[in-house]
Amino acid sequence: MEQSVNMGAAEAGKGQSLLGRLIRMRETGLIVIILALFIGMSFASPYFLTWVNIRAMTMAFAVEGIVVVGMTVLLISGGIDLSVGSVTALAGVIAGWLFLQGIDPWVASAIAIFACTAIGSFMGFFTTRVGLHHFIVSLAIMVIARGICLLGTGGRPIGLYTLPPEFKFIGQGSIGPIPVVIIIFFVVVIAADFLLRRTTMFRKVFYTGSNEKAAAYSGIRTKKVVFLTTTLCSALCGFAGIIYMARFGSAQPTFGLGMELNVIAAAVIGGASLNGGSGSIFGAILGTVLLSVVSSSLALLDVSVYWQDIIRGSILLAAVTIDHYLNKKRR
Amino acid sequence: MTADVILQISKLSKSFGPVKALKGVDFELRKGEIHAIAGENGAGKSTLMNIIDGILQPDSGEIRLDGKKVRIPSPAEAQKMGIGFVHQEIALCPDVSVAENIFMATTNASRSFLMDYKGIEAKARQVFAQLSNIDPAVLVRDLSISNQQLVEIAKALTLDCRVLILDEPTAALTEAEAQVLFGIMRQLADRGISIIYISHRMVEIFENCDRVSVFRDGRYVTTENVADITPGDVVNAMVGREIGDLYPEKQRPDERSDAEVLRVQNLTEPTRFRDVSFALKKGEILGFAGLIGAGRSEIAKGVCALEGDVSGDVWLNGTSLKLRDYQDSIEAGMVYLSEDRKGDGVFLDMSIASNVSALKVEQVASGLGLIQSRKEVDQADRLGRKLNLKCGGLNDPVSSLSGGNQQKVAIAKMLSVNPRLIFLDEPTRGVDVGAKVEIHRILRDLANEGVGIVVISSELPELIGVCDRVLVIHEGRISGEVTGDQMTEENIMHLASGTDVAPAAAE
Repeated sequence: MEQSVNMGAAEAGKGQSLLGRLIRMRETGLIVIILALFIGMSFASPYFLTWVNIRAMTMAFAVEGIVVVGMTVLLISGGIDLSVGSVTALAGVIAGWLFLQGIDPWVASAIAIFACTAIGSFMGFFTTRVGLHHFIVSLAIMVIARGICLLGTGGRPIGLYTLPPEFKFIGQGSIGPIPVVIIIFFVVVIAADFLLRRTTMFRKVFYTGSNEKAAAYSGIRTKKVVFLTTTLCSALCGFAGIIYMARFGSAQPTFGLGMELNVIAAAVIGGASLNGGSGSIFGAILGTVLLSVVSSSLALLDVSVYWQDIIRGSILLAAVTIDHYLNKKRR
Repeated sequence: MTADVILQISKLSKSFGPVKALKGVDFELRKGEIHAIAGENGAGKSTLMNIIDGILQPDSGEIRLDGKKVRIPSPAEAQKMGIGFVHQEIALCPDVSVAENIFMATTNASRSFLMDYKGIEAKARQVFAQLSNIDPAVLVRDLSISNQQLVEIAKALTLDCRVLILDEPTAALTEAEAQVLFGIMRQLADRGISIIYISHRMVEIFENCDRVSVFRDGRYVTTENVADITPGDVVNAMVGREIGDLYPEKQRPDERSDAEVLRVQNLTEPTRFRDVSFALKKGEILGFAGLIGAGRSEIAKGVCALEGDVSGDVWLNGTSLKLRDYQDSIEAGMVYLSEDRKGDGVFLDMSIASNVSALKVEQVASGLGLIQSRKEVDQADRLGRKLNLKCGGLNDPVSSLSGGNQQKVAIAKMLSVNPRLIFLDEPTRGVDVGAKVEIHRILRDLANEGVGIVVISSELPELIGVCDRVLVIHEGRISGEVTGDQMTEENIMHLASGTDVAPAAAE
């Protein structure tokens, strides 16, 4: 107390040195770990650092990464969504079914995304107006949406061999050497990261998640904020589902099983708190990259798929534990 | 020292980071006495009590129990040594019965495999025989706050303690319940139990305690027999100067204005308050007094459309307001500073700058809704200087600040929207004496600038010292108004407790 001083704006802005802040940032640690993995793996397998492998790895997490964006925003606002996998599958099933009924694929996709958005609003209604917990509501929707997928397809994948090439392009095409999927992924991530860091709209998401009551006492319509983040997450699932459909040329009712855990793990490894109020898109995407690089490395090293789950789970636990202690120290 | 000393504390120090909460404190407790602890918020009372109860460990100093030097590593150990602590905050499990709560520790220590519900209910009934007619079988969450407080006390009584610490136990009790408690305290003292009694209410200290120790700014000031001194002596020892210095000058008669900042007419909320009408003149600081739960905060929140299903009319600077929600109120220039700073006043883990801008983030953003951190930091800097905020950097989290500075951040947040009217609910709760004086000074300055100020406080000296006029609220209605010489603790308490002794009309 006695030593504290009233600092001016100029000094306060750079309260800590840039380097110091960088070191303390969650993202820096993740980048270091990912780079270390890359270097280690490039010795272990000459195939690892090839363009083909990197592109394959990026393709593997790109679409899921869009869902991670929605989940991160929702987590920051204090919510959670277990239904992301089912809702992503449902988007493909709805659009695929409509397409087979003779509806234009773009229109069918728009309807499917709209349906997923409506599901998000439905969950938002139950969490903010009725007052149920996100966990329970989204658990119910997870099961219901999966049920609808299986019901609508009879449990079999729908082949969509007649999809027009310009539609398949969003899932399978490339612009120059870069796949369209990856371009879409980067656009969504960069836009979301910017919006979240800089806009008043998304600052209110942080306020709400940090302390909902204090946010309400600051005039923020917190229920509306949570309603919108819940809706946004499902809408992005719908969008991701359509890209998957275009990429695989089919709609699979069992797609995205267990995706919710992967997505939540990525966001949390990237610094999002399950208590709301903190997290970043950049961090969450790094979390996604880390999990994906680990999977890919283990596959290249011929490690059994079952071991991969065990290792992924352990990474999650380690990341959260380390964060917990770092946070304690800071206080 | 003729009497037996049970607890002797010497040269006790404790720091939290750079903050020295206790600076070499001495304290002595005799067998069978009721010993009051007096001191402003931040004087170190709770730190000392938490050390005695083993919640905190001292940095240096010595604790002697029955003459033996001891270390109290945890509350469980404290209990074994015979130290019981009734906290101000209620810490009961709401979803289990009263009896189970009371015998939680016994159950925990019990070796039997099955719960003996009948047994603990019967024992709980015995404890309550002398206290109150609470049914030990009901769930704690179905009890009123004052009954929950009694359960806390009953819980401490069942522990076989030699030293019982009571931290503001009467804050939530009615007068009658408080008298019962004082009776029990005296019985316990006669049985040889020593009681440490923390209270802000001088009357309680002087009617019920044997000795009083005063603390100020983490230092021990003095211990006196209650019979030898006056309440005024205690207050002066607490603040370390004459009370007059503590408060800014009031509005002079020639400064009074007829211009109304706020007029409220027949404000009603079905479950909380009825027919509340009042006006606030320009340059005036208005106080809301009343017992906890009387509806003071609820009325303020009702005016701002923050909570409740409110009907009635509100005019701000002569314009009639139709508010849908609190955001409309902020737009109109009317803001409410919450009494629960940590709970809903600030975002502890967010930066100072982003806390200050929370009421209207749009203000520090460009037209496109992009936040400009330069503007945000500048705003926090400007308001921080005005309020004499002490911090490391404006990007530090609010949790890094002391209580007083956190409160200044909360006030800066209010000021960021250039309000026409501010309701401040317990603006100096948990704030040290120095910051308290500063906050009062700021309120007066704001009032002089023409901002309407309404202060809600449970501390009568604060209301009397700061306000030009005080409205007293009793069970959801305005039961009276005091101003000038009529502003005394007695008059306000009469009105607040609903005893029908209205003060003689002013003038």
